[in-house]
Amino acid sequence: MAMPALTAEAETAAATTPAAEVLVFKPRTPGFIQARLIPMLGDAAAKVIPPLVMLTLLLVVWELLCNKPGATLPPPTKIWTEAYDLIVDPFFVAGPQDIGLGWRVLTSLQRVAIGYGLAGFIGILIGTIIGQSVWAMRGLDPIFQVLRTISPLAWLPISLAAFRDSQPSAIFVIFITAVWPIIINTAVGIRNIPQDYRNVAAVLRLNHLEFFWKIMIPSAAPYIFTGLRIGIGLSWLAIVAAEMLTGGVGIGFFIWDAWNSSRIPDIVVALAYIGMVGFVLDRIVAAVGNVVTRGTTAT
Amino acid sequence: MTAYLKIDHVDKVFIRGSRETEVLKNVTMSVARGEFVSIIGHSGCGKTTLLNIVAGLTPVTTGAVLLENQEVNEPGPDRAVVFQNHSLLPWLTAYDNVRLAVDKVFSGKRSRAERHQWTMHNLELVQMAHAKDKRPTEISGGMKQRVGLARALAMEPKVLLLDEPFGALDALTRAHLQDSVMAIHTKLGNTVMMITHDVDEAVLLSDRIVMMTNGPAAYIGEVLDVPLARPRRRLELSSNATYLRCRQRVLEFLYERHSFVEAA
Ligand SMILES: Nc1ncnc2c1ncn2[C@@H]1O[C@H](COP(=O)(O)OP(=O)(O)OP(=O)(O)O)[C@@H](O)[C@H]1O
Ligand SMILES: [Mg+2]
Repeated sequence: MAMPALTAEAETAAATTPAAEVLVFKPRTPGFIQARLIPMLGDAAAKVIPPLVMLTLLLVVWELLCNKPGATLPPPTKIWTEAYDLIVDPFFVAGPQDIGLGWRVLTSLQRVAIGYGLAGFIGILIGTIIGQSVWAMRGLDPIFQVLRTISPLAWLPISLAAFRDSQPSAIFVIFITAVWPIIINTAVGIRNIPQDYRNVAAVLRLNHLEFFWKIMIPSAAPYIFTGLRIGIGLSWLAIVAAEMLTGGVGIGFFIWDAWNSSRIPDIVVALAYIGMVGFVLDRIVAAVGNVVTRGTTAT
Repeated sequence: MTAYLKIDHVDKVFIRGSRETEVLKNVTMSVARGEFVSIIGHSGCGKTTLLNIVAGLTPVTTGAVLLENQEVNEPGPDRAVVFQNHSLLPWLTAYDNVRLAVDKVFSGKRSRAERHQWTMHNLELVQMAHAKDKRPTEISGGMKQRVGLARALAMEPKVLLLDEPFGALDALTRAHLQDSVMAIHTKLGNTVMMITHDVDEAVLLSDRIVMMTNGPAAYIGEVLDVPLARPRRRLELSSNATYLRCRQRVLEFLYERHSFVEAA
């Protein structure tokens, strides 16, 4: 698995978004507003307006489709009225089980943080070890390629059988979903360390630890971050499956619970939350990757 | 002439699966302290292989490499290499690339301040101090080679190994760098072994030129002394009889007696 187009897309995103905010607060030259601010606002508008237009269009179509009697799903207007409290205030607390979705997302994020953190740590570790050996790579890569296609839901029973407790099982499901691309990408990154860098290390007589920190990790960093970025997406995908087990206050369990009590509008709102949080997580990992690997990709 | 670096009856056979490629056959040569020796030969004859053997990056099949009468068979900073393709670490700035080498070679021997001084000194030597905070991606090919040279010089190697250091550069940049290398060699008196396939470069820079025959199983076909006084200036040399004679000899070797045959 070489580096996919993810990186290029992420670069543009990271390059444009923060610049707009930073510069607005520091006008440096008199002609600044005309010269820089207006084109910049124009750029921002070009980025923000089309998605908003499309969103509105989609909502209208949805409204039209679901607003007739006999429709199985609620139209946006109905969701707005029925799930009003969930939409407007993410952080209300009205009772032990009646809290804003923001709180639920935070609980879920905690779980994902543990599972994903483990996946990142162990994935990079195993990937580094495997990447050093041609035979380990040849033997394990096909196995990992098969394992990585297994859905989080399918891991549930195995995980429960192994841990016999819901909390570690949930974290394990997140871990096991996210870890494969991290292992695979790290291993490929380590394999692809150019012979030139190895030669430099050999001439300098870097020891194993120095070689690991000064050559391996930076050289493989773009690959590692590709893996980490796929991994964060997958671990967030796994949250609903994982929280079917745990119960409590997570966003995943909320969906399960809402389904069991037929609160379809609540589910729709929760989906929107999940989507947006997933998007933000992805961008965060991409941005971190961009900062860490700057300069590393080109030769 | 006392042999500072000695390459003693070196054979090199690459074995890949059941296929054996004999690249070097019975190569013997020596380099005196402070001498500048060039190795010239057609592409693919085994020049890089020979240099890598001296660097310790490639093991010999038979024979030995001796430095100050000690056998060397693993890489080390006493034989610093400027690689064919610069091999700078792209995530480090020019300064940090050199500093990495300085820190490794002089850790425990020099203080932090001294190591910083030494790093800057070497960057100044190759006229790269102004770009010390640039990353390799942000500087030109010639500048990259300069940084690579600074990194190698900073290790205070006993022998400096240059693998076609200017091969990928345009003629003007190349001339510039050749002048820099000559100036540094005059100033520091390093022992240098340089690979090239450029006849003018070999004659201009070297005290001796070692000519290799074509592979497979390349050996040293001829060794030519270049009795030109230093410092040498390229403009004056272009009409110098000794220069032209040396140049002629190398050309004859390369294009008449061992003209390049494209290997099947
Ligand atoms: N690791 C290897 N395994 C097998 N054969 C090799 C290996 N390295 C080099 N060779 C072979 O040895 C021969 C000499 O290669 P080498 O790189 O030393 O040539 P060179 O003289 O440096 O060429 P150039 O001028 O193009 O750099 C080539 O035919 C090459 O195919
Ligand atoms: Mg070569």
